[in-house]
Amino acid sequence: MAGLFDAVPGGGAAVALDEVEVAILRSLAVQLIELVGPGDEPVEGEDPLASLFAEGPSEPPSDPALARLFPDAYGGPDVKPDDEESRAFSAEFRRYTENDLRTRKREDALAVIRSLDALTVAGEGGAVLKLSPEESRRWLGALNDLRLAVGTRLEVADDEEDAGELYRLPDSDPRKPMVMAYLWLGGLQESLVETLMP
Amino acid sequence: MESVSVAPVEIERPESSETPSVVPEPDVPWITLVHNDPVNLMSYVTYVFQSYFGYPKDKAHKLMLDVHHKGRAVVSQGTREEMERDVQAMHGYGLWATLQQDR
Repeated sequence: MAGLFDAVPGGGAAVALDEVEVAILRSLAVQLIELVGPGDEPVEGEDPLASLFAEGPSEPPSDPALARLFPDAYGGPDVKPDDEESRAFSAEFRRYTENDLRTRKREDALAVIRSLDALTVAGEGGAVLKLSPEESRRWLGALNDLRLAVGTRLEVADDEEDAGELYRLPDSDPRKPMVMAYLWLGGLQESLVETLMP
Repeated sequence: MESVSVAPVEIERPESSETPSVVPEPDVPWITLVHNDPVNLMSYVTYVFQSYFGYPKDKAHKLMLDVHHKGRAVVSQGTREEMERDVQAMHGYGLWATLQQDR
């Protein structure tokens, strides 16, 4: 079926994409990189080794989508706002893990862009994107990060009623294109997971 | 008179005051919790539990259902350092995970 990943015999996955789909995926991946934020390439003139020892942030991101991508490691949903101990532990954890996590998420999104750029979309037929198992895992990570970011923006809820409403928006609703993209990404991710199931 | 089994049905667990001799565990284990969120796909969460923890499909699937229905599940247990590693990995996969001492 078009628009879904299939397992490739011998490992890897393949999906047929048309020109518009390639453009949307690429644009979303670029936005994800922009959201995840600044590269920690050393500033010009600075000791390149300095970035290796640079500390990450200690406060959770204020942007809700980023806060979902980089959650607190201590506390969770039941944490009391005045739980100083959890906050201090989370801050410490964040200082030494968040930069690495951001790098990894950027690299996954970059891998998506690279494989899309290597595609030659031939006319109306589109193209078949083939991923190695390693590329599949990077795509899986990037698709999940994208859905987390878009889902947070759309305030996707577990509640059946709220979710149903979101999926039945009138065409005039400004959120409609984002909802369509969210559902499409879900289908892509679901089919890609199936090809990777051990 | 009927014979009475002397085998205890259940070993009584001594509690509190009667057991002053029990030394508190030097290191109470820590646990990694994965919390429910409305975005992550059920198949993806199962996949993560299988591929990162190496859990068999049945166990991974059951943990995923616990996350989904109960709001959270304990996915691993160990030292604090080990659990920090697991939480970091879960965040890498985009799952919402925290660690805490198993009180």
